[in-house]
Amino acid sequence: MGDIPRGNRPLSPHLSVYRLPIAAITSIMTRITGQALVAGLLLVVWWLVAAATGPRAFATADWVLRSWIGYLVLLGSVWALWYHFLAGIRHFFYDARLLMTKPEARQASWVLIWGSVGLTLLTLLLFVI
Amino acid sequence: MRYITPRKAAKGLGAAGPGASTAHHWGMTVSSAALLILTPAFILVVASAIGLPHDAVVAYFSRPYPAIVTALFLVVGMHHYINGTRIMIDDYLDHAERKVAIILSHLFGWAVIAAVVYALARMMLSPAAVVVVS
Repeated sequence: MGDIPRGNRPLSPHLSVYRLPIAAITSIMTRITGQALVAGLLLVVWWLVAAATGPRAFATADWVLRSWIGYLVLLGSVWALWYHFLAGIRHFFYDARLLMTKPEARQASWVLIWGSVGLTLLTLLLFVI
Repeated sequence: MRYITPRKAAKGLGAAGPGASTAHHWGMTVSSAALLILTPAFILVVASAIGLPHDAVVAYFSRPYPAIVTALFLVVGMHHYINGTRIMIDDYLDHAERKVAIILSHLFGWAVIAAVVYALARMMLSPAAVVVVS
């Protein structure tokens, strides 16, 4: 192999130095959010089981759920849930062979990012009211 | 000499390997469509229950709409989770690790479903539920 002239020929992008395009980042985020939102789901399920168990169990679960760390987990999970929700809608478009061009994929990525933030803020607003 | 034609040998071995088919993708599509309705409904249901005292939470989840939305969201959601995680596992793990991960994802998903069904049933059957309904 040593005698093959390598010169300065361009190499195919090496994954570790390859800057992922926004569409690739928003795609992998679908997986990550899908796993992450389970944290909030588990918190809510625990809270429901505690409510079914009795007042003392509920008091503990409710205290954790409504502590600042509980609210932080819930807020993060709600964002992950909305993000995953919008990414799922994008999959429907992909299945219909829409949003397949590079500019459209980029635009859809930004819709995912800002849309999920917007929906999370809206949820927060509804919750506070 | 093999009597099987190359086409026959390759049939069913899609890019994702043996056992893969469009049925999985279709299953994800159907559960996604259901979750398109259930996700906003579940968020609203839980958001209105958080902060209520214990009796009110029990009474609230004993009512048909919150109970059915919660049950449906978690049953369909965990089904979607199990099948979605399967794709991740197939991408990142092989051999025994893959099998163990697939089994664990099923156990986890069904444990969550069982916990929610139990919680909802017990709240519906509790005295606190009867007081508010009647």
